[in-house]
Amino acid sequence: MAHSTFPARFEFLDEIRDLVAEVAREGGFSEKEIYSLQLAADEAASNIIEHAYAGVSNASLDVTCDIDGDKITITMRDNGKPFDPSKVKQPNLKADLSERQIGGLGVYLMRKLMDNVHYEANSRTGNLLTMIKRKG
Amino acid sequence: MEISTQEFKHCDLIKVKGRVDSATAPDFSKALEKTNNAGKFKIIVDMTELEYMSSAGFRALLATQRNCKRYNRGELVLVGVPERIREALELAGFTELFKTFDDPIEAVGSF
Repeated sequence: MAHSTFPARFEFLDEIRDLVAEVAREGGFSEKEIYSLQLAADEAASNIIEHAYAGVSNASLDVTCDIDGDKITITMRDNGKPFDPSKVKQPNLKADLSERQIGGLGVYLMRKLMDNVHYEANSRTGNLLTMIKRKG
Repeated sequence: MEISTQEFKHCDLIKVKGRVDSATAPDFSKALEKTNNAGKFKIIVDMTELEYMSSAGFRALLATQRNCKRYNRGELVLVGVPERIREALELAGFTELFKTFDDPIEAVGSF
């Protein structure tokens, strides 16, 4: 299992995507799937940095990636404010240009790209986001 | 991420290379806004050498498209959208909001 702690800053999204790609590639995921996993991880981390840690400096984000058979599990743990992706309203993808919502898109993509997204808020051990995807 | 701009008589071409994510999207937005602020609303975004774009980049495109299309003064179109990025744009329901071209010359000719 790969485990890394990153400063909760947007400049480290590159490294988070690299970590996910490395583990997924070793696990035999296709390049198309790797792109999806990187995008989902990026959107998840971006939301944590932007919402859970809004205005907090020196915060950190724990990321793990684990392969189990044909399944990859990505977790992110933070100590910020609870930010439950399942509570974010799904954007209306059919709305006209003028009505399109700017928010909610990242969470929507995460949910579409992964097979399973699970969130547990915990002020003691940290909030834990778990995302799972199967190969193929 | 690298951005270069090229002015044509009837439109501006903004070429974005590398990766657009939450860290780099603000600079991408700035380049688009700068063009709009100069009174130019016919914009081609050339993605031929773009490797990656997250929803932060999609939001910049959406905000600019809204601004360009206001009062029918222009439009933002996309060129050379790489397959993975196109798939993500499709998932986000964005493909219907932007005309796309394979070739920059074709896009320039459309204005």
